Amino acid sequence: MAQQPAIEPMHQFMIHKIMQGPVFNIGGLTVDMSITNSVVSMMLGTVILVAFFALTARREIVPNRGQAIAEALYNIIDRVLVGPIVGHGGKPYVPYIFALFLVILVLNLMSVVLAVGNIAGQDWTFAVTSQLAVTGTLAVLTFFSVFILGFVKHGPKFLTLFWVPGMGIFGGAAMVLIEMISYFVRPLTLALRLFGNMLGGHVVMSLFGSFVVALAIVGLAGGMATLAFIPSVLSFTMIVALTGLELVVAILQAFVFAALATVYLNEVVNFGHGH
Amino acid sequence: MEPHTAAQVIDFAASAKLIGAGLAAMGMIGAGVGLGVLFGSYLQAAIRNPAGAASQQTMLFLGMALTETMGLFAFVVSLIILFGS
Repeated sequence: MAQQPAIEPMHQFMIHKIMQGPVFNIGGLTVDMSITNSVVSMMLGTVILVAFFALTARREIVPNRGQAIAEALYNIIDRVLVGPIVGHGGKPYVPYIFALFLVILVLNLMSVVLAVGNIAGQDWTFAVTSQLAVTGTLAVLTFFSVFILGFVKHGPKFLTLFWVPGMGIFGGAAMVLIEMISYFVRPLTLALRLFGNMLGGHVVMSLFGSFVVALAIVGLAGGMATLAFIPSVLSFTMIVALTGLELVVAILQAFVFAALATVYLNEVVNFGHGH
Repeated sequence: MEPHTAAQVIDFAASAKLIGAGLAAMGMIGAGVGLGVLFGSYLQAAIRNPAGAASQQTMLFLGMALTETMGLFAFVVSLIILFGS
């Protein structure tokens, strides 16, 4: 029997350094600014995003296709999310939610559409959002921006966010604790939601890919083993279906991240009206 | 005749990892049930009131993502158990 290649679905998430950059030591924490495959993918995503909007952001009354796509993306944030959820006071924050949505959308889609895979021993595009560090940064940034905005807009009165009226002093104190826990777990859930969706999708796709190859190798042995080609082809069909699902999940997760950021923003902007 | 002796050493760590990962992944049962209930309710209401269905579509996707998150936490814990060091 031919040598079975090891099935390692987690191998695609390894980070390799492509170019060594400066290494700083800030108070005991080592910051390594090298160019890794993750950084290259993020740079590629930025270039794609900026190029897309540079090419399509026109002011024609009758939009061409590119402009229609750009306007549709903007309308998702402005008319579907921020407008209904936050209302008029959310207008200043649309740029941030828009940028957040676009970054996650581009990075998610790149991991599905531009999955070039292994060229010359290196993985060339890389599921950036399946790294907890990346999603964690986006989540922490979003959460703390909104939290600090609360104090900037409303002062220390913002802490009454945690007080649930209508319970006694003891019930109220217990509720404050519960509310605080469920509030401060938000960056964690934001990060883990995006991370888990992307990680899970890519692990499953990689597994089915390994099945295709492993079953084909078994089938090559000849004789009765040629039947192994059938599950190999079925696994390939499954990969096609999974890629479709991954496309939906990629776009949906970007939308959900932006939607949740808008909901958290609404609590701050409309603080005190209609709790 | 020699009595049979256990010649292999049982690798408890590896087998415990596999059992733990399997048990952790069972948490996705709840997420599956929750998603079914969510979409079922939406469909029931949408068939009764088709005009009002479109306005709640945003909430539907939001609820779906939040419910799915719980299943994903279980999946992530399972992967951590299986592949974590």
